[in-house]
Amino acid sequence: MSALIKLKHGLDIPLAGEAERVVSRLVKPGTAAVCPSDFKGLAPRLLVHEGDHVLAGSPVLADKKNPDILVTAPLSGTVKEIVRGEKRKLLAVLITPDEVQESVDFGHVDVTDAAAVRDLLLKSGLWVSIISRPYGIVADPAVTPKAIFVSLFDTAPLAPDAEFTLGAKTGAMQTAINALSSIAKVHLGICKCQEGGSFAGFENAEYHVFQGKHPAGNVGVQISHIDHIRKGETVWTVSPMLLAAIGTLLGKGKLDLRRRVAICGPAAIEPSYIETWPGMPMSCLAGHIGTQADGVRIISGDVLSGRNAGCEGFLGFFDDQITLVREGREYELFGWLRPFRFNQYSADHTYFNWCLGWLTPKRRYNMDTNLHGGPRAFVMSDSYYAKYLPMDIFPLYLVKACLAGDIDKMEQFGIYEVLPEDLALCEFIDPSKNYIQEIISDGIDLMIKEMA
Amino acid sequence: MNKIFEKGGKLYWLHSTIDAFETFLRVPNTVSVKGAHLRDAVDLKRIMIIAVIAVLPAAVFGMWNVGYQHSLALGVGGAHILANFWYGLLKTLPLFVVSYLVGLGIEFASSQIRGEEVNEGYLVSGMLIPLIVPVDVPLWMLAIAVAFSVIFVKEVLGGTGMNIWNPALVARAFLFFSYPNQMSGSEVWIAMRKGETMIDGATGATPITFIGDGIDALTGAGVQYGTSFWTMFWGGIPGSVGETSVIAILLGAAILIFTGVASWKIMASSVAGALFVGFIATATGISDIPCWYHLVMGGFAFGTVFMATDPVTSCQTERGKWIYGFLIGALCIIIRLWNPGYAEGMMLAILLGNTFAPLIDHYVVNGRIARRNKQVKTA
Repeated sequence: MSALIKLKHGLDIPLAGEAERVVSRLVKPGTAAVCPSDFKGLAPRLLVHEGDHVLAGSPVLADKKNPDILVTAPLSGTVKEIVRGEKRKLLAVLITPDEVQESVDFGHVDVTDAAAVRDLLLKSGLWVSIISRPYGIVADPAVTPKAIFVSLFDTAPLAPDAEFTLGAKTGAMQTAINALSSIAKVHLGICKCQEGGSFAGFENAEYHVFQGKHPAGNVGVQISHIDHIRKGETVWTVSPMLLAAIGTLLGKGKLDLRRRVAICGPAAIEPSYIETWPGMPMSCLAGHIGTQADGVRIISGDVLSGRNAGCEGFLGFFDDQITLVREGREYELFGWLRPFRFNQYSADHTYFNWCLGWLTPKRRYNMDTNLHGGPRAFVMSDSYYAKYLPMDIFPLYLVKACLAGDIDKMEQFGIYEVLPEDLALCEFIDPSKNYIQEIISDGIDLMIKEMA
Repeated sequence: MNKIFEKGGKLYWLHSTIDAFETFLRVPNTVSVKGAHLRDAVDLKRIMIIAVIAVLPAAVFGMWNVGYQHSLALGVGGAHILANFWYGLLKTLPLFVVSYLVGLGIEFASSQIRGEEVNEGYLVSGMLIPLIVPVDVPLWMLAIAVAFSVIFVKEVLGGTGMNIWNPALVARAFLFFSYPNQMSGSEVWIAMRKGETMIDGATGATPITFIGDGIDALTGAGVQYGTSFWTMFWGGIPGSVGETSVIAILLGAAILIFTGVASWKIMASSVAGALFVGFIATATGISDIPCWYHLVMGGFAFGTVFMATDPVTSCQTERGKWIYGFLIGALCIIIRLWNPGYAEGMMLAILLGNTFAPLIDHYVVNGRIARRNKQVKTA
């Protein structure tokens, strides 16, 4: 174990609705969707037609720029519908799963053979689970990264407990680590509380122990403390869940994307875990949502950087959490004028929840999606935001550089090191109610365009 | 909001104004559409109102003190506390009315032109401006100063959040340089009615006027104003409306620091900067006024707590805040001691500090970037 890295900055939002650690049911969806928008940087080319039969692991999409990169079907079944949006943009490929599941057999490869591992990942469609930084895009198979980073814990609000979701898959994860370490050095970030847990004994990787509030579990934050990304360098990251999927593929030769997903959030009825596949339609969650479905926002992911999927949406490829929160479409009389607002959460000291936090540390808030204010120019200083970003970066300078579209300044202020999720807390606490994650995302898109 | 105030409606030109009043009373029903789905309950309205509340003790004390100074000048020592307050209230209320009417009027109009919601920033500026001017300043001068500062220092640059200098201080600087007779000397600090005259031995000068003359002149200046350290500390002296009582200002500072609205680092380093220069001055024999006297005289305390800490015009970075505060404190005393033309150095010190804040930040930020880049070479 390497030295403990303590992160002072950050915030754990006390949100109600943590998922109970039981798997309440296995959800076998009536439809499974493959959505190209899950994969940033992928220009999708369709490989199937309506009515085609696919196996779990059969290619559905390929990347136009790099046809070796495939997205494959999570389940075997028949292609029911190809959903297109404006300008015939491909939105989703809907598959009706078979009763009896069949998978493509990818055979076995030597995990010490980097070329064979790459080849297998590409063929099986698990290549897209490797995210390349800077920019957070699907990795380029032709590039050998400086290192591969895995964060074994998630600090996002109501994040699933990795020990619970993946504790039984440590064998597969070890296989995946062995395979990835043939490509580049693997760094694992674990939480102080996980020392001695089931994730503490992996070999062929270097451990880094972190302690701190969210976003300490964000892999971007960990990279910046382990070995930050400089201009011209590339690193890869993999989520622990997909690491387990890679391990299963290497061990059994089959694509298995089945996962435990936390159904959580203040609006969730009986928050607990389910087992399902990516692309599960949110309509399967009727039992957790209740009757007031249009008053509830269904988020694939966490409340800070997840995607608003809506009742018609699907579970994202990378997500193992679905958060349900109430839409806050009410007016609040004298909201900000009240001396106390005990039912609203604020990290700012102008409300006095922070004093209450000392008295009632277990208090959880039933928060909703109301903005609690109108959009304004940035007024508070950089250090107000920096309290929530445990990186060697000036968040407001980076945001303003992105707003100005100044490539040089964005580079200097650290655009290579961040993804929007890393500044999600800055967006959460922003009294000026700016869309900081969108600003960063636009900045990254500009970098991709200009640096290509 | 009624439809006629929406875009295309007959009264659309009132949109920003109606929106401002509506959102003042109730939090709107807008939900997040992108990014973080949940948002903190805090907004700028809350932060600004805390700043206004923090200024209130100084404002209330200032109103009483206007009446108290008037009574002293007339030789009516035992006037009732409420009578003094009432006199002061009547004298200062017009200043607040003019400051808010002119400032908010321009703010509302500019927001409408830009198609934005009204920013709450002026709630604080409008409160500060009457407190940093002499009570007898003619209202039309105040109106011009407020208009100048809001239009040219804030709105043309894009509104609150975009300004370089503190608008309240620019309003004061505008008055100071345009109408020096109404802003300095010994006639303007005590509000007298027509026909009233001061009793013999009374002076309308503020303690700070005597800085150049040394400690003896200071303590012997006007007995009835008691220009000792403690009188200056609790504030029963002539001066701008809100700046005299260090106790009331410290109360405001406590509120600002407790709620985290203003930076304690700027306040602390500004005090350190003032003490540093004041100490050097006494140690080298330039002045015989003890350095801690500077903290309670003139606008130093008020400026340090309420003006230098403005988050828009101060330094953005933590290290920058230390440097920025120290610079302001030091500059203030340098101007007081070495520039006989301007008895009060705080206004110019903060405006200079505002000017240098981006430069200080530039070096702090670039310093860290350079340090990171160095790691590249060694790694």
